[in-house]
Amino acid sequence: MTNFIHQRKRELILALLIALLIGLIGVRAPIFLTLKSMDNLVTDMSILLMLALAQMLVIVTRGIDLSIASTLALTGMMVALLNHHHPDIPVLVLLGISIVLGAALGLINGVLIGVFRLPPIVVTLGTMSVYRGLTFVFSGGAWVSSNDLSKSFIEFPLSRFGGVTALVWLALLSLIVAAWVVKYTRFGRELFAIGNHPSAARLVGIRIPARLIGVYTLSGMMAGLCGYLWVARYAVAFTEIAYGFELNVIAACVIGGVSIAGGAGTVVGVVLGSLFLGVINNALPIIQVSPFWQSAITGTVILVAVLVNARGDKRGGKQILPLHFRSASAKG
Amino acid sequence: MTSRYQVEDRAAHFWKELFKRWEVLLLGIFVMIFVFNSLHSDHFLDPYNLADSTFNFSEKALLALPMALLIICREIDLSVAAIMALSSMAMGLANQHGLSAYELAAIGIGTGVLCGLMNGVLVTKFRLPSIVVTIGTMSLFRGIASVVLGDQAFTNYPTEFGEWGQGYAWGIIPKEFIVFLVAIVVFSLLLHATTFGRRLFAIGNNPIASRFTGIRVEQHKLFLFVLMGAMAGLASVLLTARIGSTRPNMALGWELEAITMVILGGVSIAGGIGTMLGVVIAIFTMGMVTYGMSLDNIPGIIMTILVGFLLLVTITVPAVLRLGTVRKE
Repeated sequence: MTNFIHQRKRELILALLIALLIGLIGVRAPIFLTLKSMDNLVTDMSILLMLALAQMLVIVTRGIDLSIASTLALTGMMVALLNHHHPDIPVLVLLGISIVLGAALGLINGVLIGVFRLPPIVVTLGTMSVYRGLTFVFSGGAWVSSNDLSKSFIEFPLSRFGGVTALVWLALLSLIVAAWVVKYTRFGRELFAIGNHPSAARLVGIRIPARLIGVYTLSGMMAGLCGYLWVARYAVAFTEIAYGFELNVIAACVIGGVSIAGGAGTVVGVVLGSLFLGVINNALPIIQVSPFWQSAITGTVILVAVLVNARGDKRGGKQILPLHFRSASAKG
Repeated sequence: MTSRYQVEDRAAHFWKELFKRWEVLLLGIFVMIFVFNSLHSDHFLDPYNLADSTFNFSEKALLALPMALLIICREIDLSVAAIMALSSMAMGLANQHGLSAYELAAIGIGTGVLCGLMNGVLVTKFRLPSIVVTIGTMSLFRGIASVVLGDQAFTNYPTEFGEWGQGYAWGIIPKEFIVFLVAIVVFSLLLHATTFGRRLFAIGNNPIASRFTGIRVEQHKLFLFVLMGAMAGLASVLLTARIGSTRPNMALGWELEAITMVILGGVSIAGGIGTMLGVVIAIFTMGMVTYGMSLDNIPGIIMTILVGFLLLVTITVPAVLRLGTVRKE
């Protein structure tokens, strides 16, 4: 038990903080603790959680995927246009199309990063601009609004199975899959190995290019799926949807203790990180704090989280002998 | 002079040769774009238009120059655009108390310095990765600006203040552009003609080795973050003066444009490689593309596709060549 507490210290602290936060908000506005409000909360954070889980796998390999929000916008726009022009295509087919499309966009990142060994931050910065721009090109800058979309298209994400929305089911499913991938699959373990020590990982025979292609494709796939969900949930598609959302997703990972230096991160942490952001976003209007505070609070939370999570071994080139000229230079 | 232990100079490395030539390649692209645009549109070469076109990149360029130094040092600052919003907000608040234009500018730059100091301290004293720190401060700084401003905007800046952003020197050259030219000279000298600049390359190449050779790595990085903040403050002064108002969403996304300019200019994101000349040519290239497209009424978002694509090509082409050489080894 003590071992468990020790290993999971970060997650436990974060969980306690969230419980405290929820409690405090509940005292101020009891309505927040109702089942309906909690249902809202988990539905709202589903997309964030799904993207954050995929992003975690990317960050664990020492990478980053800045293009997810643009991938989301592009696939969301494509399926919205498809639905607008061919309303008879069933929703499940569109769901499949959005996943395939997202995977294809992610594959481009994966090939550039895995095969050509380009820095992920630059590659995804580039594709981020390109995908966002293509969203504009395909839509001609026009909005696809709820009137242009079929009823079944819009209703799916919020339709309820066993009392819980489809969004939450999908998030749960992603969560289970992610936990399984991380713990029990060779793919998942090798991602951690790559992030911990890339050259050692190569020497033990891990095919790094293939793994990187896989993980960025996965990230794109998730972004594509979320593209459909986002557009359907808010019943509107336009060029700027989810603008800047990639940073929220990375923030959820960082708050959850995923190390940007790679090799460290847990599914539980990511869930807690997403939950934290979800609680803040949902609670502010309820306790009548201006939503303008949201960004400032998020920023503070990120900074506190990295300070708390800072791994003390970052110090490079530690000085072991005293500097002889220190006293002299201090005077001068 | 021959000794058993003599270390031969390494044969000129293919990569270094290519990066040396990168500026030449970039200059070629710039000339092509310039010639294409001037043949394509009659209004392109009009001196007044050409001078005015510098408005669209001068402020971003002020972010790109110090960003190049940071990236050479293996750091990055994603909060620069948010710093601009925050320092513009500070100027707006100060303006309500009727301060003079010079005092406003001092407050704007001072706010930038403080923000940069915060980034720098978090990165160097607490040894946190700069990308995470500046994602956090980016939210924080812009968040504070939007808390203070709400859905309002600060306007009514003094005329003298507006003159800095909108005014011309000798009736044709925008004052902003002159600030940019001065900044180019200062930053080029700083990076290429001082010990300080040489140390930045050393740090970018190998921070640990640099530390052992006695370079105060952390102080250098701290200074760069503060410098970055100050330049963001300056850019904010010019932008606020030019558009005459402060809104929480001002300069949204500029951090990525500035970083794109730097990488397009041949600075390696892995640190240790880059020249100011390359960055400056990249800035002008992007500026001329935007200007040419605006003459054709092409929306700015098409420009982002082009820039993103250019960025990808820029890094992919050398990588494809490298793949060939690696296989051979």
